[in-house]
Amino acid sequence: MAHSPAIAMVKGRGAYHVLVQRKKLVLLALAVILILSVIADLGLGPARYSMHEVVLALMGSPEVSEQISVVIWDIRMPVALMAVVVGAALSAAGAQMQTILNNPLASPFTLGISAAASFGASVALVFGVGFLPWAIDYVVSINALVMAMAAALFIHFMSQRRGVTVETIVLLGITLVFTFNALLALVQYLASEQALSAVVFWTMGSLTRATWPKLAITTAVVAVSLPLFMRRAWALTALRLGDDKAASFGVNVRWLRLETMMIISLLAAVPVAFVGTIGFIGLVGPHIARMLVGEDQRYFLPASVLSGAAILSLTSVISKSIVPGTIFPIGIITALVGVPFLFSLIMSTRRRAW
Amino acid sequence: MVATLQLDQVGVRYGKQEVLSGVTTPVLKGGEVTAVIGPNAAGKSSLFRRIAGLLDGPGDIRIDDAALRHASSNVCYMPQDTSVNTVLTVYESVLLARKQGAPRKVTDEDLQEVDRILFSLRIEEIAFKGLNELSGGQRQLVSLAQVLVREPKILLLDEPTSALDLHRQVEVLALIRSLAREREICVVLAIHDLNQVLRVADRVMVIDAGTMVTCGPVESVITPTLLQNIYRVDGRIERCSRLCPHVIIDGPLEAA
Repeated sequence: MAHSPAIAMVKGRGAYHVLVQRKKLVLLALAVILILSVIADLGLGPARYSMHEVVLALMGSPEVSEQISVVIWDIRMPVALMAVVVGAALSAAGAQMQTILNNPLASPFTLGISAAASFGASVALVFGVGFLPWAIDYVVSINALVMAMAAALFIHFMSQRRGVTVETIVLLGITLVFTFNALLALVQYLASEQALSAVVFWTMGSLTRATWPKLAITTAVVAVSLPLFMRRAWALTALRLGDDKAASFGVNVRWLRLETMMIISLLAAVPVAFVGTIGFIGLVGPHIARMLVGEDQRYFLPASVLSGAAILSLTSVISKSIVPGTIFPIGIITALVGVPFLFSLIMSTRRRAW
Repeated sequence: MVATLQLDQVGVRYGKQEVLSGVTTPVLKGGEVTAVIGPNAAGKSSLFRRIAGLLDGPGDIRIDDAALRHASSNVCYMPQDTSVNTVLTVYESVLLARKQGAPRKVTDEDLQEVDRILFSLRIEEIAFKGLNELSGGQRQLVSLAQVLVREPKILLLDEPTSALDLHRQVEVLALIRSLAREREICVVLAIHDLNQVLRVADRVMVIDAGTMVTCGPVESVITPTLLQNIYRVDGRIERCSRLCPHVIIDGPLEAA
């Protein structure tokens, strides 16, 4: 080994420490944006409260009235936190889908996982209500999960076939989206009028359905999934260097992909089951994270989670601000904001990496 | 104990199709450099991937080394294709290679080793460039850094210098050779330039049309007959004024 001047070597290490510090600062900034957004979200609604009032209510200060406290804690808090958790889940799912499929356009929404989950949910909603009305929320979620897993497994096994390229996967995803949308339309056609309106509202995606138990389940799913991803951070990042290289580093590439895909379908299905279809977060969140911190999973995953959560929370703020007093279904807003982003992404992929 | 590698009737199958068969070598020891030569599509890359455990096939691959921490760092393989499309810096990608299968936390020792490798390959200047901004030659050097940083005992390099300029080729091959000696690494490398093989390798294995033709000391294998039979060119092996053997090509062999 060539003996080298110590200065050059220290320079490398020093620059790396600076890089890491910068990434940590970015994470901190994202967290601050998220917290501010949640506070703004809590203040908005039929009655508007200032940031100051919200913060006082959160701290349980006696200066705010009982009524404000109740509105914020019991009515708005589950919805605001649901936006955070759902945004985090969808963005993490999108980030890992892009990682394991080596595909910048992969996300639960674009590859049909969300459509599959919506179909599963609508079947339960339309046909299941009669059987188990008391447990309908959970039947809906389980059905959504089963369909999402089936779609994810389908994508996974197709992507393992020889000769399957990045483009093929996107096309496969599109066929899944069409198939499940057609099936969803069929279910809607067969549904009673009452069930129909529930399904239609479902497909738009809305956070107003959030309750504390739903929030708890979604939070639990995120809380279990993220550490599983973080434990595999080095291996997942290695996948980005190519399968051969990752495998020669001792990564069990096949197993890692399958495992990750299963966790992804859980992360994608549960939010769909509880709040309906919310698109583009899984696509936009990871892309913002990648631009900010690169693809080292130790920072990329937290950054994806935080940006996904912040985007959905901010979207929630927007959905309440367009027409004061009215809350637009959030799925509509994310799609309207997401489409231009997706468009610019497609147009710029040729010029730079992702 | 020095690491050793021995192949016994090793082959490669893709489905039912056999693309490589009958590769048998003597015991290749740590500290030695073995070159694998042969025409395009002869099966060299398949052999590398088979040894690295990425492909299945018949035969025995015996790797022996008692003094290793992780099974995965036993064998390190540098694929021919170094293209990547990822938002990682050179430094991160080399550190990443080192951390596979190792404790998660980045230690000072890890960073020192990354710095040392980047410096020895003279790529410390591009340490904080993105992998997707690099030239083909730079990517190859980074790829080499990624395998070297794992401190392997058996190193498989599939055309590690194909994208490098002459100066870099000579420099990198000299580095590989000296690392092999110093760290007692058993190096197996595929390479097309026979003059480089004569300079760097102790032993040479010839693969043609999916079978191993021969495996032996460099000077007894690289002969005018080999040039004729394997590469279909007319050529000589002559010693220069410093008595180093060189391959001189006279021209393509006339079709019989």
